[in-house]
Amino acid sequence: MAHRLLTYEKKDTWIDELCGVTKLVFFLCWSITSMMTYDTRVLAVMLVLSLCIYKISKIEWKQVGTVFKFVLVFMIINVLAIYLFSPNQGTQIYGTRTVLLAMTERYSITAEQLFYELNIVLKYFTIVPSVFIFVVTTNPSEFAASLNRIGISYNVGYAISIALRYIPDVQDDFHKIKNAQEARGIELSGKGKLMDRIKNTSAIIFPLVFSSMGRIDTISNAMELRGFGKHKKRSWYMERPLKRNDYLVLVFSILFMIVSLVITYADGSRFFNPFV
Amino acid sequence: MKKFGIKEVVATGIGTALFIVLTEVQIPLVIVPNTSLQVRAALLAFLAAVFGPVVGGITGLLGHALGDALFYGSVWWSWVFPEAVIGIAIGAFANKLKIKEGGFGGKQIALFNIVQVITNAVAWIVVAPVLDILIYAEPADKVFAQGAIACLANVIIIAILGTLLCAAYAKIGAKSSSLTKED
Repeated sequence: MAHRLLTYEKKDTWIDELCGVTKLVFFLCWSITSMMTYDTRVLAVMLVLSLCIYKISKIEWKQVGTVFKFVLVFMIINVLAIYLFSPNQGTQIYGTRTVLLAMTERYSITAEQLFYELNIVLKYFTIVPSVFIFVVTTNPSEFAASLNRIGISYNVGYAISIALRYIPDVQDDFHKIKNAQEARGIELSGKGKLMDRIKNTSAIIFPLVFSSMGRIDTISNAMELRGFGKHKKRSWYMERPLKRNDYLVLVFSILFMIVSLVITYADGSRFFNPFV
Repeated sequence: MKKFGIKEVVATGIGTALFIVLTEVQIPLVIVPNTSLQVRAALLAFLAAVFGPVVGGITGLLGHALGDALFYGSVWWSWVFPEAVIGIAIGAFANKLKIKEGGFGGKQIALFNIVQVITNAVAWIVVAPVLDILIYAEPADKVFAQGAIACLANVIIIAILGTLLCAAYAKIGAKSSSLTKED
């Protein structure tokens, strides 16, 4: 089974060469802005910018395509669910009601609802490229090293490093155990009854979890032998100094967040209202 | 007990990796469309119960954020924090559950499940929808419905798989009380 996961791949671009921490700050500022704002103008600018950055980062479609399709499905379900549960959310927010397509009283399609849902779709499209860029262009080891720099305890940095390092290993274990159990005739596809499926899933989970518990013991013994955690500080092999581009991106990220939020909240509401 | 020693660092790391890998394993609930039992929820409850609140909290937070980013390409922050709440809350009872000491009997199973039902209710019916409304301005009806379903699904999977994992691990772990001092 192919690993349907986003993974880091080295590319010769200036984005790749940025420090992990720079990309993390950019990603966090970007997410916060995208979460807070419902200002269509800001979202549109963000959309254009993220498409540009996506282009520059030279990410290939085959790296992110499967995940992107998955996000699309998820997004469509969410947008439909919002319509089903509250078809008048748009009217509530924007205060007017312009019926475009009359149906029942409750489910008439209004321009306000469409506009509100358009904003949600825009939000998805601003966030998703930034996640792709962050995950696909950041070297995991370098990232853990750079977390330490922004004051996160190196214990936590190391835990993240271990997590990223062992995802492929655990995934391999998972597939091995799954194949072995299927070879024994345990049905894991969606055919069985609910209780059967829980039971059959546990045929994978138990070996996986307990072998991982063994792994935890092995690794922590090895680290203990090497004297991990003895000193207050540690050095990192993959650490990179912050360069000019890093500072430029950092300044840009923070400025962009502040300016967008100022524009968004300028009229006292996070929604941009074209209906009044 | 040290707060965040080597064992905890490694447990958080491997736990997070496991949590992320198990994102793939979902058992669809036939009754309600588009919802599934998340096996990773049972894993988180188990890890929190064994290693305590710090490991539980960080694993929940990191695992959910990273897992969503790696698998779904987007991070839904309002659902990341409730996961941490669950990890911390169940972890807070780690000492009482005595899994490492092999004392996970009837009383502890009851405690484990009472705690998990309460924390799931708080996390998914209160914290997640409220954050959804505050952060994403999503319609209240929808997010509370989603929260209620997520809560129910998590309670079921933790009650079955979480309890079994704890019980099995308690059994294979050495019983600290199995040795008696000779007179």
